Amino acid sequence: MAYSSKVIDHYTNPRNVGSFAKDDPSVGTGVVGAPECGDVMKLQLKIDEGGVIEDARFKTFGCGSAIASSSYVTELVKGKHIDEALAIKNTVIVKELNLPPVKIHCSVLAEDAIKAAISDWKKHRGNAAEQSKKTAAEA
Amino acid sequence: MVKLPIYMDNHATTRLDPRVLEAMLPYFSEKFGNAASRNHAFGWEAEEAVEKARATIASLLNAKSKEIIFTSGATESDNLAIKGVVEFYREKGNHIITCVTEHKAVLDSCRALERLGKAEVTYLPVDKYGMVDPDDVRQAITDRTVLITIMYANNEIGTIHPVAEIGKIAKDKGILFHCDAVQAVGKIGVDVERDGIDLLSLTAHKIYGPKGLGALYVRSRGPRVRLAPIIDGGGHERGMRSGTLNVPGIVGFGAACEIAAAEMAAEARRLTDLRNKLQAGVFERLDEVYLNGHPTQRLPGNFNVSFAYVEGESLLMGISDIAVSSGSACTSATLEPSYVIRALGVGEELAHSSIRFGLGRFNTEEEVDYVVDRVAKEVKRLREMSPLYEMAREGIDLKSVQWRTD
Repeated sequence: MAYSSKVIDHYTNPRNVGSFAKDDPSVGTGVVGAPECGDVMKLQLKIDEGGVIEDARFKTFGCGSAIASSSYVTELVKGKHIDEALAIKNTVIVKELNLPPVKIHCSVLAEDAIKAAISDWKKHRGNAAEQSKKTAAEA
Repeated sequence: MVKLPIYMDNHATTRLDPRVLEAMLPYFSEKFGNAASRNHAFGWEAEEAVEKARATIASLLNAKSKEIIFTSGATESDNLAIKGVVEFYREKGNHIITCVTEHKAVLDSCRALERLGKAEVTYLPVDKYGMVDPDDVRQAITDRTVLITIMYANNEIGTIHPVAEIGKIAKDKGILFHCDAVQAVGKIGVDVERDGIDLLSLTAHKIYGPKGLGALYVRSRGPRVRLAPIIDGGGHERGMRSGTLNVPGIVGFGAACEIAAAEMAAEARRLTDLRNKLQAGVFERLDEVYLNGHPTQRLPGNFNVSFAYVEGESLLMGISDIAVSSGSACTSATLEPSYVIRALGVGEELAHSSIRFGLGRFNTEEEVDYVVDRVAKEVKRLREMSPLYEMAREGIDLKSVQWRTD
């Protein structure tokens, strides 16, 4: 099976590899997949107060297509509002990277990673809001 | 500078030895006769070449010429041995003993017989090195057992089974012993008398011969093994395998066995040294690397290894100028990681991270140096990209993590 040139490009020069501090309240972290399934993606999104994704980082354990899917997603979501990001379907990734049918699960995982990261950010914000309410009440 | 790409997948297939090609060429042109043509010189010439090759192949196994049946490859040999024995001896019993790490040609032949209700099969487990325990074989035997089929050496992890012990058990109990020796023949000493083997599968293309040519050794005496054919026709090969013989292929098979017989000892030493150099280099450059297979009872050219936190297919992609194979799910048609590696009990994630290096006749020391360097660099790069590596370094026990797999 030959890889598409775009998969090779993302695999060879992955965009936005790395990590943000997990405890930064503006960062949402999504970890999806499992080692025994051969794919684990960690996607981190730095999101501003208005819900706009300022920056993204990823780390992926998985095949070339999984690495390429997550790398592409970091580029795709940057600058988007979380509502737009949540609307991203895996088919966009499949199309961009020319993934063959056996690799579609990689794109599904990347879509799940976006949702997991945003939901984690919302949870953080909820906690932070509660925290500040509490602090306000105490004061 | 080494020539790229480097071929290091010699368990999958091997390059035709130029000396083998040389021997075959006349049989593609002027010596084109049918070995079954009994009444003219073209046929005699072909038959003579076939019989010469048959004798060479037999002698490599310490067998007799007439005990060698030519087939289209080891898959057919395995099918013929297993299905042929079960069919012929159905009055005697219907139980087969095999092992979970056998080649698919053996496992699926057994499963096909189970599906048809023609056989009951015991699949023996292996230890953490991939070795079957002869005591397990002994204990699995029932009064309905007609066949034990255990491979000589495993195609993925190179582990060499205690074949002679199994052969002795089979002989003591009067049960036929079939051995898929595809990876062992020509690499290590295989002797059907010493090892107590009654049926043995082998193929030309793993020993620098042509593809599409296999053989089945069928013991003629002590006991005389009988088989029901699976391909019917003109009654070639003593009625066990009809079909016009592939004369150029057989000549090539013979030439490959002749070279193997002459060079096996020296080649095994050289490949063991090269393999040890490769293994030592990889272990020196990288931590958290796990050997799959037996540390010593292993084929000379085999090195199967798991690089923790790195998925196998992504590593293959990174070292695309080196031809090796992986037990990763992503490289198999079934999308499941290697059943052989999983049978060792090492955990699914290490099966996904496994790479098989198969050194062969044409590999050089320079290539090994290049491969060690490339692999080490790529594994390090991919680990920097791996969330599992990061978590492990943070001290998180990956086994305790609740993974999201919805």
